[in-house]
Amino acid sequence: MLELSPAEWTAVELSLRIALVATAWALPFGIAIGWLLARGKFWGKTVLDGLVHLPLVLPPVVTGYLLLLWFGRKGPLGAFLYDHFGIIFAFRWTGAALASGVMGFPLLVRPIRLALETIDRRLEDAAATLGANPALVFFTVTLPLALPGIIAGVLMCFARALGEFGATITFVSNIPGETQTISAAIYTFLQIPDGDAAAGQLVVVAIALSLAALIAAEWLGRRASARFHGE
Amino acid sequence: MIVLALEVEKQLGALALAVRFQIAGGVTALFGPSGAGKTSLVNMIAGLLKPDRGCIVLDDTTLFDAANAINVPPHRRQIGYVFQEGRLFPHLSVRQNLDYGRRMSGRPRDPTEFERIASLLGITHLLQRRPRMLSGGERQRVAIGRALLMQPRLLLLDEPLASLDAGHKGEILPYLMRLRDQAAVPMVYVSHIAGEVRQIATTVVRLDEGRVLAVGGLELLAGAG
Repeated sequence: MLELSPAEWTAVELSLRIALVATAWALPFGIAIGWLLARGKFWGKTVLDGLVHLPLVLPPVVTGYLLLLWFGRKGPLGAFLYDHFGIIFAFRWTGAALASGVMGFPLLVRPIRLALETIDRRLEDAAATLGANPALVFFTVTLPLALPGIIAGVLMCFARALGEFGATITFVSNIPGETQTISAAIYTFLQIPDGDAAAGQLVVVAIALSLAALIAAEWLGRRASARFHGE
Repeated sequence: MIVLALEVEKQLGALALAVRFQIAGGVTALFGPSGAGKTSLVNMIAGLLKPDRGCIVLDDTTLFDAANAINVPPHRRQIGYVFQEGRLFPHLSVRQNLDYGRRMSGRPRDPTEFERIASLLGITHLLQRRPRMLSGGERQRVAIGRALLMQPRLLLLDEPLASLDAGHKGEILPYLMRLRDQAAVPMVYVSHIAGEVRQIATTVVRLDEGRVLAVGGLELLAGAG
């Protein structure tokens, strides 16, 4: 059966924390960008759409390297964030969360955008005639109706963040207890002789967590849409 | 006493809408065939569609005036709107739908008024349900209640019976007639069916191809389908 060593538990716990923080931070941005892409009419929309999807098609190593250039201690954004807010990404778990968040972002935005596109805009008009200002319309009608898409996006982003490897290891390396996630730990075990058994255990954990996320996505999505359309 | 004075122009595809009329209290029917511009007109009154030119004045409030760049947004017009398809919020219960206007304007709860409107429309037994569990007629009654409970200065009804079958049509009109007889709120009733208009309206505005043909009493319905 599964008997994880303290170091392996640390990797599991760290992976979950990184994925949770990454998803939580990505969510407001994901809703904002999804809304812009679904509703906005502006110059450069295609470019924005392309940028959002870039992490999906770019080699993860490239994304990680770009993050290192920009968010490293000497990078323009990294230096700014450190000087003004004391935030450090380089070689910290926070950097791993940033990398996972960026990699999961396209998977978050896509379902949210689709959900916003399929909402019946006439319900928003009805809300306006009932006295709801645009912000209230958004929070009481638009967002609740987009909920199934938001749930799907959150869980896909979370699952992606949980397994992220290439960008993370390039950006924040593979430091046990700080940036060594499940994926990085499996990779490390496979580099040493007789590491197969330990790697195998983490593989089981990874499969279990990913399956759980997928099942939760399916179940929550179905529940949310049943609230409006079901029997 | 003039309730609504309106003079608007709007190009809608091939249709050049140019309409001018004034209405007093009671129920004013906008009567005319499909494509006459009736729905566009009520959308302009509600603030959902912006006229190219003209002005719209409700009581003593200017809602729209192109010359002076006045255009009050729909959420500040306090005009109730019952749509053809109800447009109930599917994620809210009937009670929450009815309460929506009050919540959005931040008014305190008024259980007496809520109870009065709900029983007037015969929907007190439906309060816990979701809109998808309602029949077409029930849905429209809830939509009317929702619009009334926001305490509108004017109530717009855009073919509220159009989506209902014959049996359910008869279910709605008596409620609207009771509403008219209480003279609680002036109404604009859009329809292309003379029989409906004859039962409910006190004034008729006949429209065709974006123009007003005549304004008057029910005698204008003579000879109309």
